Amino acid sequence: MITALSIILIVLLVSILGGLIRVLRGPEPAERMLAAQLFGTASVAMLLILSRVMAMPALLDVALVFALLAAVTLVCFVVLAAKGGR
Amino acid sequence: MLLDLLALALIAVGAFFFVAGTIGLLRFPDTLCRLHALTKADGLGLGLTCLGVALLAGTAGEVVRIVLIWFFVATSSAVCGHLIARHVRRAANAGGR
Repeated sequence: MITALSIILIVLLVSILGGLIRVLRGPEPAERMLAAQLFGTASVAMLLILSRVMAMPALLDVALVFALLAAVTLVCFVVLAAKGGR
Repeated sequence: MLLDLLALALIAVGAFFFVAGTIGLLRFPDTLCRLHALTKADGLGLGLTCLGVALLAGTAGEVVRIVLIWFFVATSSAVCGHLIARHVRRAANAGGR
């Protein structure tokens, strides 16, 4: 069980690495922010699985904070871009 | 035992959807196409992962927190997808004229 969950964790990490390639290559700033949204969602999923693997229910609270902060970054980006301050 | 296997299968399918979303983010040609691939695939992947982890959870408090996490991520991802799409369309209009 723990081994299988760890393998799934590694798969999710590889998926985040793919998003990092988009951050490096992406021509538009909006696409870089999309990758940031991917990081937020994938890191929440990883923390959920980690809370089972490490038997630490406190990681669920960390995931809750991550879920709320990921939205704030994207809203900040859109508001600043609408004002013209890139 | 059966519950564990079911939870593992749900989490694995969720991870598959995450990988599909990342492949879409890397391979699709357009910002809006990438947005389409990422938001939906990630939302489904996180929903399945939450369901699987909730099946493994020990106490009712953990299940409540997992449901809260799912709710917040689903809401914020819908709002953020909408905001990004509007930003992209506005930028395209400003560049076209």
